[in-house]
Amino acid sequence: MATDVHRPVNHQVTEEPTAEASTAEEPKRDASKAEAPRPAQAVRVEGLTRSFDGRAVIDDLRLDVRAGEFVALLGRSGCGKSTLLRILAGLDRDIEGTVLVPRRKAVAFQAPRLMPWKKVWRNVLLGLPGKPARAVADQALGEVGLSHRTDAWPKTLSGGEAQRASLARALVREPDLLLLDEPFGALDALTRIKAQRLVGELWQRRGCAVLLVTHDVEEAVLLADRVLVMDEGVIAHEQAIDLDRPRDITDPRFAEIRGQLLERLGVDTAAEAA
Amino acid sequence: MSISHAPPDSPETDISETSHPNAAEPTALGPVPVLPLDLEPIVPTSSRHTRVPRWLRRTTGPVLLLVLWQLLSSTGVLTADVLASPGRIAQVAGDLISDGSLTSAMTTSLQRVAGGLLLGGLIGTGLALVAGLFRIGEDIVDAPVQMLRTVPFVGLIPLFIIWFGIGEAPKIAIITLGVTFPLYLNVYAGIRGVDAQLIEAGESLGLSRWGLVRHVILPGALPGAMTGLRYSLGISWLALVFAEQVNADSGIGFLMVQARDFLRTDVIVVCLIVYAFLGLLADFIVRSLERLLLQWRPTFTGR
Repeated sequence: MATDVHRPVNHQVTEEPTAEASTAEEPKRDASKAEAPRPAQAVRVEGLTRSFDGRAVIDDLRLDVRAGEFVALLGRSGCGKSTLLRILAGLDRDIEGTVLVPRRKAVAFQAPRLMPWKKVWRNVLLGLPGKPARAVADQALGEVGLSHRTDAWPKTLSGGEAQRASLARALVREPDLLLLDEPFGALDALTRIKAQRLVGELWQRRGCAVLLVTHDVEEAVLLADRVLVMDEGVIAHEQAIDLDRPRDITDPRFAEIRGQLLERLGVDTAAEAA
Repeated sequence: MSISHAPPDSPETDISETSHPNAAEPTALGPVPVLPLDLEPIVPTSSRHTRVPRWLRRTTGPVLLLVLWQLLSSTGVLTADVLASPGRIAQVAGDLISDGSLTSAMTTSLQRVAGGLLLGGLIGTGLALVAGLFRIGEDIVDAPVQMLRTVPFVGLIPLFIIWFGIGEAPKIAIITLGVTFPLYLNVYAGIRGVDAQLIEAGESLGLSRWGLVRHVILPGALPGAMTGLRYSLGISWLALVFAEQVNADSGIGFLMVQARDFLRTDVIVVCLIVYAFLGLLADFIVRSLERLLLQWRPTFTGR
């Protein structure tokens, strides 16, 4: 992948969250070895509290994400998982506590949120520093399989296409942390399977840390290295998923992990346990 | 008999029946013979009324009205003092154009409208930007503008005459005033109506404040601005009529006032037609602008 084209400002945008981050700068660029453990951290959150009208939605939360790690965040609706993502994205700064994130981070929301008045390729380049060439956008759109729609108006895209464009817009920023807020929630079942597969592939190729907020347990187990369950404002449960990739949802171990997580989320899975 | 129970090696009888239902007779759906259904054809809409083209049907009404008008005038039922005949009006229009008086009147009026639109457009858009983009601007600008807009602008003509005399200034001022408010309201509402999710997305993409304004807020406010422009153009003609009928010495309004004094209904009707024509022209301009600027909208069907 054309890293140099993407990153004309490479030298100055080194990452900063913690002191030890800079020591592991080199191995991180090697995207092909996404599975290799890295000491560097992509996210460090400590003592995070976020209150709405005196009610703490996030209460003294602690979270660490390693560089290059794929973390899925599960939780019932209203448990604060989307709030946490917004905080990590820097969109909600009304917080207490320590939050350290990479400077280069990108978000893909549940709705694609493309600017309808900009063609797809302009949407992809929006907000990039300098005057990036169109080829940069074309390359990113090619990576998500959308080369044929670069010149389209966003409103003419199908739901899956728009979501892929949104993904390209996030990836073109070469993020060290990719935040995904239920990005497949609005897609139909078939498109969702394809999109999940795409995200898995892109993550393995890019090697960036990913935080995926979702309410779909299967999706979380399918994609993540580690699944976190959020409840009452904290990470209530954590589960490493050490299944080999690509994962098979018919694998009994898959079903077992899925069942455990569902139970954690308060869904009765007696039928599966039996 | 059911398909699910059929052995896999003998699909012949059951499946040939179900998968080719149109090959068989419509009555052979089940084992019990069914009486033939009474089918009726659904006639395509397009094939029913093809004799008279639509444009011709639509022009029939106005043409009939014109013919009736001409008949009433020719038979003397409608005297020229009340309303001149269509033929007479066409003739007068020709005269007015050939001696240049209509053209010069139109030029004067158009200049007034253009001046008022320009001034009002600048003021209305400027105020809307200040009020829409800055919270302090909203606090300072919005309340007085909302108060002022409840005053009927035509009611200010006497005051404007005292302030600006009877030259061009009060006329342009009236048009400016009329144009400012609809533009202000719509641009302001457009800015405030921009999808908060898009603004958030812009922020997450690292856009600066000015970048947000330029790439998200202003384009998002454009549909509202176009609506405002359309209202403004409509009101500008209205304001022009009012402004020109109060001590004007040139322009279409002046032509009408003069015609009234001489009971020239033909000239008055010609002027009215000119007003209508200019209104259509203004609408055409806005439509073209929308077509150009809002082509990203999925609702756009103008092409």
